[in-house]
Amino acid sequence: MTTHYTPVAKALHWLIALLLFGLLALGFYMQDLPLSPQKLQLYAWHKWAGVTVFLLVLVRLAWRVTHRPPPLPEHMPRVMQLAAHAGHVLLYALMIAIPLSGWLMSSAKGFQTVWFGVLPIPDLLDKNRELGDLLQTVHLSLNLFFVVVLIGHMGAALKHHFIDRDDVLTRMLPARNLEP
Amino acid sequence: MKPTLKPMILALTLAAALPWSSHAAEYRQVQADQSAITFAYQQMGVTMDGKFNRFTAQLSFDPERPEAANATVDVDLASIDTGSAESDQEVAGKVWFNTPAFPTARFETRSVKALGDHRYEAAGQLTIKGKTQDVVVPATFTAQGKAGVFEGRFTLRRGDFAIGEGPWAKFDVVANDVQIQFRITANAGE
Repeated sequence: MTTHYTPVAKALHWLIALLLFGLLALGFYMQDLPLSPQKLQLYAWHKWAGVTVFLLVLVRLAWRVTHRPPPLPEHMPRVMQLAAHAGHVLLYALMIAIPLSGWLMSSAKGFQTVWFGVLPIPDLLDKNRELGDLLQTVHLSLNLFFVVVLIGHMGAALKHHFIDRDDVLTRMLPARNLEP
Repeated sequence: MKPTLKPMILALTLAAALPWSSHAAEYRQVQADQSAITFAYQQMGVTMDGKFNRFTAQLSFDPERPEAANATVDVDLASIDTGSAESDQEVAGKVWFNTPAFPTARFETRSVKALGDHRYEAAGQLTIKGKTQDVVVPATFTAQGKAGVFEGRFTLRRGDFAIGEGPWAKFDVVANDVQIQFRITANAGE
């Protein structure tokens, strides 16, 4: 019986988690900076990292669809199991929607995204100041919502570990020579 | 041959007496709504563009005598549209255009050369932020009914005019080269 996530799923989970914390921190920090070369540099890095996470999320989704994760503990009530699934769907949806909104915002504001300064990502939208401002609000709102869902996600993992004392958190952690 | 020569001489005399402007159209009346000055530059490998909403041009161009042509273009730097309010405000500041002290950029032709095939080359002086540089601007001329359209592009180096000093003086984030593109429509007149 598989009680752990696959090593690939774990690697993707923690790599994306690390990048997302960096992206969130950078995103909230850079928006209030006065215009400077450093600010433009930070925006470029944020966009490059955002595109990277978006692609990693696609890989992760493909892995998730082809590799069934370990089942939730049987002690969980049906409604909590549904809530857990809904939470995960929401996390995936936001991890897709947030980079898309950022890319569209960049297009509308006239700042094309060129991945690592090398690969230009086509602009879907033409330059449009009002639309750019609207998409900025969308990008910010989605991120604030994402922070709330993330807190719920981390809170739930900790609750499983410390209160329910099940393996929901540990099965996403590196396996310590448990299984052969 | 004698009978035909007389009217020909008469015609030539008449032609010489007429003002030249009735022969060749001279384009002087700039049509602001059909003219545009835009710019493009690279920012960390990304092409950015913008435009100037207000500029005036005095020009006089006779396709038959291009070497006598002259033009003066004044660009209102405060009318810049970079695409974001934050940047518009930034470039008006001291380290960029310093618009309060230097409100206009001026291009003044010194000589115009015809290259053939509707192509011309205007050598002149470009003054921005109190600094003057010699520039050569290639342009094409197309007559469109009563109007004449001048189009062209050239590259200036912002460093030559101290556009972007201090923290912006390095060209790693905002490139030195700025492509200026223009389209100026002028009607033929007196």
